[in-house]
Amino acid sequence: MLRTQEYFLNFGPQHPSTHGVFQIILTLDGERIVKAEPVCGYLHRGIEKLAESRTYTQVIPYTDRMDYLAAMLQNLGYVQAVEKLMGIEVPERAEYLRIISGELSRLASHLLATGVYALDIGAFTGFLICFRERERVMDLLEELTGSRMTLSYARIGGVADDAPEGWLDKVKQLMDAMPDYIAEYNGLITGNEIFQARTKFVGQLKPETAINYSLSGPVLRASGVNYDLRKVRPYGIYDRFDFEVPLGENGDCFDRFYCRVREMQQSVRIIQQAIEQIKEVGGPVQAKVPKVLKPPKGDVYHEIESAKGIIGYYVVSDGSNKPYRVHVRRPSFINLGYLDEMLRGYLIADVVAILGSIDIVLGEVDC
Amino acid sequence: MEDKVTALVEELRGKFPFIEVNEQKTVIVPVDKLLEFMQELKDNYALDFLTNLTAVDYPEENKFEVVYNINSIVKGYSLMVKTSVSREKPELPSVFPIWGGANWQERKVYDLMGIVFTGHPNLKRILLDPNFEGHPLRKDFQWEGGRE
Repeated sequence: MLRTQEYFLNFGPQHPSTHGVFQIILTLDGERIVKAEPVCGYLHRGIEKLAESRTYTQVIPYTDRMDYLAAMLQNLGYVQAVEKLMGIEVPERAEYLRIISGELSRLASHLLATGVYALDIGAFTGFLICFRERERVMDLLEELTGSRMTLSYARIGGVADDAPEGWLDKVKQLMDAMPDYIAEYNGLITGNEIFQARTKFVGQLKPETAINYSLSGPVLRASGVNYDLRKVRPYGIYDRFDFEVPLGENGDCFDRFYCRVREMQQSVRIIQQAIEQIKEVGGPVQAKVPKVLKPPKGDVYHEIESAKGIIGYYVVSDGSNKPYRVHVRRPSFINLGYLDEMLRGYLIADVVAILGSIDIVLGEVDC
Repeated sequence: MEDKVTALVEELRGKFPFIEVNEQKTVIVPVDKLLEFMQELKDNYALDFLTNLTAVDYPEENKFEVVYNINSIVKGYSLMVKTSVSREKPELPSVFPIWGGANWQERKVYDLMGIVFTGHPNLKRILLDPNFEGHPLRKDFQWEGGRE
């Protein structure tokens, strides 16, 4: 009888398809994956420890540097946790600006995820087309915050500044054009036969497995589990908007990809409604908070729906001006935890397809 | 949603005399009853999604507090459960058999805080180098520029 021998293959840490510095030690039998051992931590900066020696406000820029593709959502989770701890009410106008900038961030992140996923599969045009719109979203965010990636726009009790003159019109213009662009992505990537052959029924995830392994975001919803915190436990003012939660059926790579594309459509809808509603809302964008923030002794856990999944902040206060402990529940990190089992039995060529479909950011995995 | 949590916590208090509940509706469980209580939460209260697992060091009280945040996908509510272990012997049973999501989260707590989860299938460092000494998230960890 012919005997085969298992062998090891290093995927990364320096490999463009890992989306950063990330290593998978693959055990292979021919082209089949027997075992996969993810190795992370190459980008570990100790943000949780650093936060303990900074004041509450000084922590905000650190949160940018986790998921730098959707920085506003990272800011938002943290400031809302501290606001919950201190009982701060946020002015209406700031809430709307948070929604608009947050959804723009989600849009930027999903545009990158969609484009880069096409690139992972081998479709270069899809990547360029998605980056065209992502660049416009980045320009808008830059005009609002002064920065493309590390926004640091949210403040405890509001946002840094009001939107500049005419900015909302520019956002509206792009949002009105977005549905056509999304149709273009669907024509170019989603409907592509080779793309579908590479992604359909690959890396299938059962709903009960996804729940058991605490997977969240589009990864969870692609398996048909209707769990979006914006709907389940609306935070901020999400209960004022009309939007749907896109779900998948097969829980495969294609569904995860297509969930993100449809989530972009919903983000566009939310932004359009927010722009309509914000016209009526004036006033300050920052609540009156003390110069030195000293939250009362205690702890709080607050989680929101980020672009990659549920991002949660556990903040402990000892009554001083610095947090006693900040812990972040990072969606990319926890979503990666099931990678080993997900890869087993598939071919080497599927590794990139499966890893890309989870949509990770190494800054967030390693924190 | 608040009412649901209140009702849940009240029911739990009636059923399990060993738990304590504080004013934020956090359930505090003694460590020797942890697994039994957690299994009950999953089986009978639809708390099927372990969203967060972390730990905090309290050297003055000579304890680590391990924090679990568990969501219910169907019912929508969320519960925070805490337990404590002593700093001399930081050991507690792993909840991996109940929620698979504990896998990497417990590894991270072990790596950065030095708490041992017995029964975990693959408890080794995850973010730091395997040869790294010490557990940086402990309050007595010496580092440059740290909190005074």
